Amino acid sequence: MKILAKIGKYFLMLKSVFGKFTKWKILKQLILKDIDTLIIGSLGIVSFISFFVGGVVAIQTALNLENPLLPKNLIGFATRQSVILEFAPTFISVIMAGKVGSYITSSIGTMRVTEQIDALEVMGINTYNYLIFPKIVALSLYPLVICISMFLGVFGGYIACVYGGFSSSTEFIEGIQMDFFPFHITYAFIKTAFFSFILATVPSYHGYFMTGGALEVGKASTISFVWTSVIIILLNYLITQLLLT
Amino acid sequence: MIEVQNITKSFEGTEVLKGISTVFEKGKTNLIIGQSGSGKTVFLKCLLGLFEADSGKILFEGKRLKKMSVKERSVLRQEMGMVFQGSALFDSMTVEENIMFPMQMFTQKKNEEIRDRANSVIKRVNLVNANEKFPDEISGGMKKRVAIARAIVMNPKYLFCDEPNSGLDPRTAILIDNLIQEITEEYNITTVINTHDMNSVMEIGEKIVFLQNGIKAWEGNNKEIFITENEAVTNFVYSSDLFKKVRLAYLEEDKRGSTSA
Repeated sequence: MKILAKIGKYFLMLKSVFGKFTKWKILKQLILKDIDTLIIGSLGIVSFISFFVGGVVAIQTALNLENPLLPKNLIGFATRQSVILEFAPTFISVIMAGKVGSYITSSIGTMRVTEQIDALEVMGINTYNYLIFPKIVALSLYPLVICISMFLGVFGGYIACVYGGFSSSTEFIEGIQMDFFPFHITYAFIKTAFFSFILATVPSYHGYFMTGGALEVGKASTISFVWTSVIIILLNYLITQLLLT
Repeated sequence: MIEVQNITKSFEGTEVLKGISTVFEKGKTNLIIGQSGSGKTVFLKCLLGLFEADSGKILFEGKRLKKMSVKERSVLRQEMGMVFQGSALFDSMTVEENIMFPMQMFTQKKNEEIRDRANSVIKRVNLVNANEKFPDEISGGMKKRVAIARAIVMNPKYLFCDEPNSGLDPRTAILIDNLIQEITEEYNITTVINTHDMNSVMEIGEKIVFLQNGIKAWEGNNKEIFITENEAVTNFVYSSDLFKKVRLAYLEEDKRGSTSA
């Protein structure tokens, strides 16, 4: 019953986010600030992880291709498929639930415990719109992050494979071009769009409705990470079932 | 003027406010006092509209808060200034930006005009060399001044303060009290202060409402509080020996004055 009440509260929060809008002049600044923090600020870690995980995927595939009859271009193929279909959209989103999600929960949660949200409310500001809407808009650029992650993942695989001596450059490139379905990219970006909304709203919910003090801000961040990850994984399953089967 | 008629408020079956009625007059510093857990903060939050009272009426200049439309409520909120216990300044903004914020949000004025107004208010609350500083770079007393400046920058009709001098040294606390009283008179606003501080009660309490277990146990002013026989008030206000002595001295002086007259 409690979980149903929370889900209801989450959807009521979403309704209020799109209620009375904050002045555009102020909102614009908040959006730009959130783009800087949530998107630009995540590029470094996403690039680093994508490049090296892409490399590891290529090495693992190469090491498991023991049969000499299997063509070497399968390494490129497997790397592309893993990175584009799952690693970049889903795995990176779970990482972002930790990085961006915790940031959102703790920043909104701190505003709650220090009465800054009450101060905004007393002024007559729609705090849902003021605090959450800029994050939704900023994270609508999240597919760009995933695009970079896809590129760097495959590129990392290429570097590891070619310079690790597992296959030639031609074989790897041949592999990443083999049996390519453009819909797989569409599928990945559809998933990413949903995940970006979840990444903006679920941590905001946990921050906005938290009660208590500094200790509870930490707890709320952890709970927020767990729930955002769970929802991303479940949504991933659902979207895959709907779009790829 | 704010009129409160018989308001009640419960949380999960526990009645926190039990039928409180009072009037907070314009141009006066009205104080709500009482022990921790007596319902002061809930009462203040009901006045602010952050909590909705279960029953009873809250009237702002005769208009009932509950019956106001969303737009009317929004307008009313822009006429309110609030000084929170922890100041509630926005961490990501400088002192000047904090004070400019309500005007940027609700007026169509140019940035220069807004800055001028903010600076005049900054001057009014005696803040010096703090414009470009962030809240975590200034002292507790300065934070309160910034909070007061932010609360009055829009020329509010109502000023609410939740324990405005908690955590401050006695000298700064008196300065903040005096500042609030001066502003109340100067701007002719209705000020409601929630406080534990007995100095504030004695110094600026033009109207005092004493709450006990969610009930209004007494009301009066800072003169009447010396002569009241209400046991609940005397037990609370004169719990320290110092204040007992102050009261005795006041009563003796009062007696002498009336005898000589």
